Amino acid sequence: MSAAYLEVAGLKAAYGDIQVLHGIDFSVDEGQIAVILGANGAGKTTTLRALCAMVSTEGSIKLAGEELAGQRTADIVRRGVAHVPQGRGTFPDLSVEENLMTGAFVRTDAKVRADVEQWYETFPVLGERRNQAAGSLSGGEQQMLAIARALMLRPSLLLLDEPSLGLAPMITRSLFEQLTAINAAAGTTMLVVEQNAALALGVADVAYVLEAGEVALSGPADELAADDNVRRAYLGY
Amino acid sequence: MVLGALTWVLGVFDISLDKLSNGELWLAQVFRGLSDGATYASVALALVMIYKSTGFINFAQGSLALLGVYLVYVFSVEQGLPVALAVVCAMVASSAVAMFVERVFIRPFPPDHVLPLVIVTLGLLLIIDSAVGIVWGFRTRSLPSMFPSGAPIEWGIAQLTWRTIGNLGTVFAVVGLLYLLLSRTKVGLAFRAVSSNLESARLVGIRVGPTLGFGWALAAAIGTLGGALVVPDLLLEPSIMLRVLIFSLAAAALGGLDSMVGAVIGGLVVGLARNLLVTFLDLSELALATAVAVILVVLLVRPTGLFGSTRVERV
Repeated sequence: MSAAYLEVAGLKAAYGDIQVLHGIDFSVDEGQIAVILGANGAGKTTTLRALCAMVSTEGSIKLAGEELAGQRTADIVRRGVAHVPQGRGTFPDLSVEENLMTGAFVRTDAKVRADVEQWYETFPVLGERRNQAAGSLSGGEQQMLAIARALMLRPSLLLLDEPSLGLAPMITRSLFEQLTAINAAAGTTMLVVEQNAALALGVADVAYVLEAGEVALSGPADELAADDNVRRAYLGY
Repeated sequence: MVLGALTWVLGVFDISLDKLSNGELWLAQVFRGLSDGATYASVALALVMIYKSTGFINFAQGSLALLGVYLVYVFSVEQGLPVALAVVCAMVASSAVAMFVERVFIRPFPPDHVLPLVIVTLGLLLIIDSAVGIVWGFRTRSLPSMFPSGAPIEWGIAQLTWRTIGNLGTVFAVVGLLYLLLSRTKVGLAFRAVSSNLESARLVGIRVGPTLGFGWALAAAIGTLGGALVVPDLLLEPSIMLRVLIFSLAAAALGGLDSMVGAVIGGLVVGLARNLLVTFLDLSELALATAVAVILVVLLVRPTGLFGSTRVERV
């Protein structure tokens, strides 16, 4: 069996003296959507931040066989890892268009301009507001902008931290439809942290459940969705 | 009684109606005020650049400009280079020093912890000012101006000198170039992204440290240019930029700490106010106090200044 696209082994992470991840292992195959579930404080956000060297870590993070651990954030981004942080992380003082341009900051090819236009087509509201400050957009619009900005990297791995946070259910649903469409069209591997477990398990191929900084459960998303413990704890029926 | 009070006020401030009705004197002071104002504006621009990107006032800015101005002195008076060329060399040299200072003394601290950084810049101010004093001594020297002496336009005692024209032209050119740099180039985009959201800037692959280092270098170059404009009107000595820094702080506060246009307009207003008050109210002893008064009034009445942004952010 060939190695997975993203292969994480013994990953530990700490904020100062506080150990958040106690050595977790997980993997995502190329082109798959993986979801990380877990209660507040389980270490979901920290896992994504650890992959981008935004927190001090130990352990191994292999992307397409190459070790990312020990590299700096800017170099990991140059390997094609895009991260949509919790709370969207747009640049409020920059225009919508400038936000998209920052997403392609490390790209040197000539197709950046064409990609901007393509995202205006996918999310027409962004095109209408291209010269408006990102801070003046609504929550849903900012989430679209954050995702479009991340995709401007043409990432091979997209990390999404609670994309549904603060969004109306209908907007969340259409957002996940967009994500599956992008996954199908571009083959972008995705790792999603999500509170809305039902929705996330519906689109994901594999799922991991984190509890207190350790992987408590893992498996194909449809199997986990049928698991009694997962149903009681995260799906609520 | 009203008349008595008025006479008393006029007496205290030594205001004579002759002076007040002297149009040429007014015009002369307006020209001087604009000229001084342009120099405050350019140092204020340097302050605003760093404030925008880091969220704190870099007190070492005036000291880096001071070092820059002494380098202008070395290159022009001691080495005999043409003044304009000496200024360019000093701008390059002070940028290099600023990058070194940023790398060694600033970057070890997390960029979002403002208080330690402010203390460090205060320390740097004292160290650099003293070092300049030790190296070049404390006696005053005169520094030549980049611009020719003389005045192409005169109305009696009111002269629009080449130096005034040069100062104003320089500051507007600097604003124009800075605007192009920040809005049209990739490094400008990186700089503004870091200012807007540090964490996201990291996540899109911008190297935050070098970007802020670039900001320090640019600010030092602008500060040196500002110093080279202002010092020829005064005399060069190690505490000179501290006084300029206070007027420039007033200018930046008035314009709104994060607005470049505000810094320029604030600088011109402070320069005008200073010259008119000093001339007509005979307040030369209190000139520096007027700058502090401007800062106080702005902070009380309109903390964002004239052009500062109150951050618009929907959640």
